[in-house]
This record gives sequence, structure tokens and C-alpha cells, in this order.
Amino acid sequence: MRRVSVIGGGHTRFMANSPNTGLELLAEASMDAIINSKISPQDIQAVYCGNVLGDFSEGQGMIQSYLANEIGCNYVPATKFEGACATGTIAVQNAAMWVASGTYDIVLVCGVEKATAMGTPLATRTFAMFSDSRFEYPAGFTFPAVFAMLAHLYASHYHIPLEKLKEQMAHVSVQSHHYGAKNPHAQFQKEITVEKVLGGPIVTTPLQLLDCCPFSDGAAAVILASEEVAKKLTDKPVYIAGSGQASSGHLASQYQYLPRIRAREIAVKQAYKMAGVGPEDIDVCELHDCFSIASIIAAESLGFAEFGTAGILWEKGETKIGGKTPINISGGLKAKGHPLGATGISQVYEITRQLRGELMDQGRQVEGAKVGLVDTLGGDGIIVNLVLKRD
Amino acid sequence: MKYKLDFRTYSDALKKNQLLGLKCRSCGNITCPPTMVCRKCASFDQEVIQLSGTGKIKTFTTTYVAPMGREVEAPYTIVMVALDEGPWISGNLIDIDPARVDMNIIGCWVMLGNKVFPGDCYSSGEAARPLFSTVRNI
Repeated sequence: MRRVSVIGGGHTRFMANSPNTGLELLAEASMDAIINSKISPQDIQAVYCGNVLGDFSEGQGMIQSYLANEIGCNYVPATKFEGACATGTIAVQNAAMWVASGTYDIVLVCGVEKATAMGTPLATRTFAMFSDSRFEYPAGFTFPAVFAMLAHLYASHYHIPLEKLKEQMAHVSVQSHHYGAKNPHAQFQKEITVEKVLGGPIVTTPLQLLDCCPFSDGAAAVILASEEVAKKLTDKPVYIAGSGQASSGHLASQYQYLPRIRAREIAVKQAYKMAGVGPEDIDVCELHDCFSIASIIAAESLGFAEFGTAGILWEKGETKIGGKTPINISGGLKAKGHPLGATGISQVYEITRQLRGELMDQGRQVEGAKVGLVDTLGGDGIIVNLVLKRD
Repeated sequence: MKYKLDFRTYSDALKKNQLLGLKCRSCGNITCPPTMVCRKCASFDQEVIQLSGTGKIKTFTTTYVAPMGREVEAPYTIVMVALDEGPWISGNLIDIDPARVDMNIIGCWVMLGNKVFPGDCYSSGEAARPLFSTVRNI
């Protein structure tokens, strides 16, 4: 298998109510990725696309084919992936295999969502499709409800007073907004306070509005290339050194492990092993903070804290630049936004830029970062982890 | 391979307040709600059994923002219950004001009833789900 490099990327601003169509957002991010990688559309041998709810939000299925045509990648194979919120990372992981295998030298991975076009009631309905339609949705499951139940379970399981946990969760959101304020692609570019989080409207107990990531419109894209091609095109190649993926059933079916997410522990172990690293080697991490409690649970599965203690990381600033493990220096899903199909690709884009040292101007650079981790969760079942490295 | 216990059979039984599950003849594990093969050992040699329908609340949430078409149901409380036989299942909690449900509900004993979700334009028909109510003096 060949080494696979991320050689460039593109990223629209994530926002609510984008005036552009999903295809336009996808084409803009993709063309930026192509231009930033110093190649032309004719160099792209295949397109791997992430899009989850285009059929509901715009009446548009099969957007990958239209995208390829739109940007002049004529007649190339174009494939779409769907794994709920983990969609984009699955697209990157699978695209990388085609390059690693020697089938292609240069491919485009891109993802998009126009979630806010649906409005909150339909968006809430469609996001709930990533719980079990037989055993969960009939009881009124929504996605916040899944993580709300995990939050109560976490407090009970680890004997942490709910008020204490809520305060730690608020610190997660406050940090995300702190870095979101510095990220020109972020949906929310403003600071918030713990008091503001704890004073917000309740979505589903114990989650309040600012514990939850928003519905978002936006697109992201990266170009993957073989090591040989990458070295000709960039003097700062970043490699996909490890990847792992695991799946599981509906939430209650995971009862023997909850509030731990077994699929994440399996996936990240695969990724660490393949890359020959451990959690102590990770210089910067983008993890799936769809809800504040999700960050705390994820950080433990990824090996950054003992089980039941990760809230302290955010409380003490260990997840900031200069801390033990900088996490979500992009603003995360919470502040940067969460356009499902684009999210994982945006995480890869962010880690690539961190490893290339390109974020000094934005005041978000983790200096000297060499190894980064991507963590993406889809629904209550799919986890994808990628380890990125520079030489 | 045909299902030992398909969703329609499970849902129809639940409508009569009967909770069906599967017991594995290979490893003895009980799976509920049902899956095609044993959740523990993946054996398909399972028999249909009726479960007690009683258990303990493990976690909960009271939801104020409902999905499209279900706004009138909010606020409502969702619970996950550890059944006496082991598995956890999800359902709604009734007979208590959703706004008053807090951490003290965790560990309470509950028994099973049911309510039918009639389905919406994105569903393939109706589905019964467990409705739990708290039990005293067990």
C-alpha cells in the first residue's frame, strides 16, 4: 500500500441560510481545493462525496455526479457516502484506499449540506432518522435527546453531581466559541460565557441551547494524492498515517458499555496502531462535539483522560493551545458549525492546516504540531478516526 | 433466513402490553428488542420468550423541541430502562409531569404499558413503543 497525502483543501464559511445552492457550495470548496493544490480539474481521477440530506433539503439526490460535471471533472467515477454525521470522514477514508491501492494518483474528496434550508422542525425530524426508526423514533428520539440521556447517565455512572457536570459542559462550549471567534469559516464568531450557556433555553434536559451544535450550511473539500505526486506538488505534505472505523446498534443495545462508546474505542485503537502512535503523541485533535457532553465522552475514549474525568480537561484549559492536548481549535462543530456531509472533511482540512503551520495569522496555530487526530461520530453507531502526520 | 421475531410481531405483542424478546439457545443471552441473531454470540438458534416488562430507569431526558409533526407531544420524557432480565430498552415515561422529572428518577422501578406511534410520511406504518410508569412497593 502507498502512503496517501492531503495536498490541499477548500472550505466555505459555515452559516445559516446560505444564499447559495448546495451544489454551488460544493463546487466553490472543491475548486478552492484544486487551485490550492496547484492542479487542474482534469487531473482529478475520481470524486468521493459526502452529502446526507440533500434530497430533503433541496430535492437533490446524486449530487456527486453534478459536482463532477460542474467543475469540469468530466466522466470520472463519482461516488457518494452516507454515514450520518461521520459521512465526510468515511469519504476521506475510502478515497484514501483507492490512492493507497495504486488505482488513482489524485482524487477529490468533498462534502456539503444545506441543513438550514429545511427549517428546524424538518431538520430535527431528518436528523432523528439517524436513530433506530423501529425502537427509538416512536418514543420521540431526537439527536439532542440521545446525548441528553448520555449526560444524565454519565453523571449517574461516575457519581458526578449534575450541576458540576453541567458547568464542565459549559466550559466545552465556551472554549469552542473562543476559537470560533478566530476562525473566518466559523458559523459563530463570538465569545460566550459559562453563565450564558447555563442561562439558555432548554432543548432536552439537561442540554440547553448552547450545549448543542447548530444546523448548518457549508462545504469542505480536500485533494488526496500519492506520496510521489504529493512531493512534486507541495513541500509540506501531510499524510493519512492511520485510520479506523467501527459501527454499533441503537443506543440501548450498547447497554453493557454505556456511557462509554465501544465503537470509538475500537476505531481509534485501529487508527493509533496503524499510525504507530498513542494518545500521548497527539499534538492537536478535532473531535466530534455535536453536544458539549459528546466532547467529554469522546476525549475519554480517545485516551486523553481517565473515564469519568475529561470534564476537568476543559475546566482547567488543558484542551486549549498550550494545554496538554489542544482540542477543537477550529471552534468544533459547536462554533464552526456542523454541515453533516462536510463536517469530517472540514476536520481533515483543519488538522492538515495545523500540521502545515498555516494558522498563525488567525491566532489558532498549535506551534510545532506534527501529529493530529480526527474523530467523527455518525448517529448512535458509526465512528471514524484518522491520524494525520507530517514528516 | 426468516426472522424468529420480526418487528411486526414484536410491535403487535407490545400493543397487548406483552414484551417479547429472544433467548439464545447457544449462550443463554437475552436480546430485546429483537435482532436477527443473538447480540452476544451471533447464533441464530434463538427462541421467542415473553419478558416481565419491569425494570429500573437508567437514564432519561425531557424533550422540549420535538421533530416535525410531533410538536403537540412536547414536553415528553424519554427513558432507557434496564429490564429485570438484563437488556435495556427505550420508551416514554408517563404518569409524572415531564417538567418535574429529575436525577431522582434514575433507579426507580417501572412497569411497561404501550402507546402506538401512528407513523408519519417518513415511516413504514405504525409502531408500538413502551410507555413506562413508576411502581411503588416492589
